[in-house]
Amino acid sequence: MTAALPEKFGERLWRFPGGLRLRHFKQMACQSAIQRIKPAGLHRVQLDQQCGPEPTFVVEPGQTVLAGEPIARGSDPLSVTLHAPTSGTVVAIEQRPTLHASARPGPCVIIEADGKDHWFSYPKLDQSASRQVLLEALAERGVVGLGGALFPSHAKLGGGDQDSVLILNGAECEPYIACDEMLMRERPEQIVRGAELMLKALGSSRCVIGIEDTMGGVRRTLMDAVKRLGLKALISVVKVPTIYPEGGERQLIKVLTGLEVPSGGLPIDLGLICHNVATAAATHEALANGAACISRVSTVTGPAIEKPGNFEARIGTPLQRLISAAGGMKSDVSRLVIGGPMMGFTVKDTSTGITKAANCVLALDWEETRRKQPQMPCIRCGRCEDVCPASLQPQKLYFFAREENYERMQADDLFDCIECGACAYVCPSHIPLVDYYRHGKAEIKHRREEAIRATRSRQRFEARERRIAAKEQARQQRLESRKKKLNAGGPDGDAVAAAVARAKERKAATKPATKEPEQ
Amino acid sequence: MKGLESAGSPHWAPPTSIRGVMLHVLLALIPGVLAHWYFFGIGILIQIILAVSFALLFEAAALKLRGRDMRLFLTDLSAPLTAVLFALCLPPLLPWWASMTGMFFAIVVAKHLYGGLGHNPFNPAMVGYAVVLISFPVHATHWLAPAGIAMYTPDFQDVIRAILFQIPPGGMTWDAISEATPLDVIRTGASQGIMIPEIRGDAIFGDFGGRGWEWIANCYALGGLFLLWRKVITWHVPVAMILATIIASSPFWLANPDVHPAPLEHVFTGGLILGAFFIATDPVSGCTTRRGKWIFGIGVGLLTLVIRRWGSFPDGVAFAVLLMNMAAPFIDRHVNPRTFGK
Repeated sequence: MTAALPEKFGERLWRFPGGLRLRHFKQMACQSAIQRIKPAGLHRVQLDQQCGPEPTFVVEPGQTVLAGEPIARGSDPLSVTLHAPTSGTVVAIEQRPTLHASARPGPCVIIEADGKDHWFSYPKLDQSASRQVLLEALAERGVVGLGGALFPSHAKLGGGDQDSVLILNGAECEPYIACDEMLMRERPEQIVRGAELMLKALGSSRCVIGIEDTMGGVRRTLMDAVKRLGLKALISVVKVPTIYPEGGERQLIKVLTGLEVPSGGLPIDLGLICHNVATAAATHEALANGAACISRVSTVTGPAIEKPGNFEARIGTPLQRLISAAGGMKSDVSRLVIGGPMMGFTVKDTSTGITKAANCVLALDWEETRRKQPQMPCIRCGRCEDVCPASLQPQKLYFFAREENYERMQADDLFDCIECGACAYVCPSHIPLVDYYRHGKAEIKHRREEAIRATRSRQRFEARERRIAAKEQARQQRLESRKKKLNAGGPDGDAVAAAVARAKERKAATKPATKEPEQ
Repeated sequence: MKGLESAGSPHWAPPTSIRGVMLHVLLALIPGVLAHWYFFGIGILIQIILAVSFALLFEAAALKLRGRDMRLFLTDLSAPLTAVLFALCLPPLLPWWASMTGMFFAIVVAKHLYGGLGHNPFNPAMVGYAVVLISFPVHATHWLAPAGIAMYTPDFQDVIRAILFQIPPGGMTWDAISEATPLDVIRTGASQGIMIPEIRGDAIFGDFGGRGWEWIANCYALGGLFLLWRKVITWHVPVAMILATIIASSPFWLANPDVHPAPLEHVFTGGLILGAFFIATDPVSGCTTRRGKWIFGIGVGLLTLVIRRWGSFPDGVAFAVLLMNMAAPFIDRHVNPRTFGK
C-alpha cells in the first residue's frame, strides 16, 4: 500500500470532496503570546480523557501528590496513565459532571494545589532509547492525541513500522481555534524534536507536517527549526489550502497523499500515522524532559470573550479560570462551546476542569448564534451533499432518520460521517442534520449491543436447556440400564426371582430371633 | 452561568434560508420578465400579479385546512415563485379563470395534497401549466406576435379587458390578434411538408429561435448564470439538458436540414432555456445527486425533443419535466455517489 504514496510531499496536492470555505477568525486569539495559567486552587481531573478503557485511581483522598505523579493507571494495552496536574492534596475522588457533550457525571479526582508546584520527574530519554522503551514511556507519561480524539499515542506509533510515514497535523480545521498555530509559531523546536522522537518510536524516517496556507510565516518558522536541528532529510512542511474540514485526519491525508483512508479503516492501513502537532510537542516534553502530559494550550476566544488569547493550563483547571484569564465573558454571550463553532459541544457549568482534548473554549454571542429560525421541511436542494467531505448524501440519511430506518442509514454509510457539521451549516431549511446522525449512530450501536446481549442470553438459555436435557437423558439412561440389568437377569436366571428368594431366605433365617416391629 | 444555551453543533447560524433561496430565483427571473414585457406587452405583469394572488390565496387556505404555521409558510416565497414560473408559460392574454384553475392544481393538488413544501413529487408550476394547456387548449395558444412584427400591441386597458372579460383587443377577433408561436409554425409547416428553410423565412423567426423568444431565452440564461454564481443551482441540470438537446438533434439536422430544425433552434425556442435553468432545477421534484442531475437533465432534454417531434403539443418542456419528476426518486435511489474511502 505504501507504494502508492507520493515520492515527495507537497509537489502535488489533492482535493477532498465537498468542504467549505469559512471565515476563520483566528487572528483574534493570536494577538499575544501563549500565557501560562499558574496552578492554584482546586483542579478537577476527570478519569475519562482518553479513548480506550478507563484507568483506575492509584491515589486516595488525603494523599499528597506531586505535579506529574501518576494518579490513575490501567492494565489494558490501550491504557494511558493519568497524572496529577500540580503538587498538592487529593481532596476527594468522586462523581462530578465531566467535560462532555452530555455533562454526565463521571469519576473525578479533586486536587487542591499547594502553590509550590513541585514536580515528579521521569527519567529523560533521547534518541538512543529503544523503540520499546519510548513506546512504554509514552503510555506511562500520559501522551494521547491532543487534537481532540485522545487516542493513545503509543498505540498509534506502535502500529507502524519502518515504512510508515508520520503525518503531523497542523491544519487547524475549525474557525477560531488557534492553539496549534500559536504552538507552531512559538515552540517550533519542541514540535520538530517531538516529531523526531515519534519517528524513533515508529522506527521510521519520514515525516510531513501539514499546515494551512492562511498561517502566514508558520512554514518558514517550522522549516528554520528543522534546518537548525539538521532534520531536513526527515521532515518536510507542506501548506494545504484552508478548506473546512481540512484538519480532519482523513481529509488532510487525502490532500497530502491523494489516498483515501478506507471506510471503517485507519490511516495505518495506508502506512500512515497521523498525529497532531500539539501531541508532538507533548511527546517531546514527556520523553526528552521527563514531564508527564499534564498541560495543554487552549484557545479562549470568541466574540463574547473580552481578551481572546491562548493559554497553557494544567489539566483539570476549571473553565472559569481560563475565561477569567481571558478577561471574562461579555454579557451578550449565548453559548459557551468546547471546541470550535462547527463541531464543539456546549457547556453550562464553568467549574468543570479542562481535559487533554479541550483545544478551545469559545464564547459565542447572539449575533452569531442568533437566527434560531424554525426548522423547515427539506427541499432536497442538495447543498449538504455538495459540501459533505465523506461524499455521503445527508438528505437521504435525514429522511431515513426521520422514518427511523436505521438499517438504511447504516447501508448508506452513516458511520462514515465525521460529524463535521458542514451539511447542517449550509442547510437553508435549518435542519440540525448532525443531531439526526448522532442519534442514528447511537441508536444503531445500542441495537447492536442489544442484539449481542440477546444472542448471549439466548445462548445461555439454550446451553441450560441442553444441560437439563443431557442430565435428564443421563438419568433416563441410568434407569434404563438398571432396569435392563434387572430384567435381563443374572447368570443364574431371573434376577428378580432370585432376589425375592434371597429375601425370603433371609427372613426365614432371622424370624425366630427378632420380632417384627409394630407399625 | 445563567442564560447559556445548550445546543448541538454546528453553532454558527446558517447563512441561508428557504426564503433566501426562493428570493434569489425570483430575482434571477427579472431580466426574463422584462424581456417578455418588452416583446409581448404588459400582459405578463398582469398574469404574474394574478397568479401570485391566486397562489397566496390557495396557499393560505391549504395551510389553514392543514393546520400549518401560516406566517412561516406563507412568507417562504415558495408559492409566489411557483406562480411566477407558471405565469411565464402563459400567453399574456389568458383569461383569469384559466390562471386560477392552474394555480389551484399547482398549489392545492400538486403541492399541499402531497404534503406541502418539500414533499411534492411533481413540479407545481408545470402541473398548473399542464392543466391549463390540456383543459383550455384554445386559450392557452392565444399568443401575440412579438414586438417588431406585431400589427398591434395591446395597452394596459386592452390587457385588463381581455384577461377579465375575454374581449379581444383593438376590436379585432381572437384569430386576428393571436399569432402562432415559432414552434407551432414549424410544426404546422412540417406537417404540410414545407421545408424548414422555407418555414424559417417567416417573420416570426429570429437568428436562432423565434423573434423575441430568443432574447427572452437569453435573459433567462442570464438569470440562470446568476443562480449558478450564487450557488442556488448547480450546473449539472442545465448543461445536461442543453447538451442532450444539441447532441440528440444534431444527427437529424445534419442528415436532413430540410425537415429537422437546427439544434440551436431547439435550444432557443419555446421554454427550453427557462426549463433548463428554472424548472428542471427545482430541487424538490428533481434529482439531488450529481449523477442523478445528469440523468434528469438528459431525460428532460430528450423527452422535450420527442414531444416536440411526435407529441400533440408544440412544446414539450413541461411534460418532459413532469415525466422526469416521476422518475426522479427512482434515479436518486440508484445513483449513490461513492462514499469517501470506499
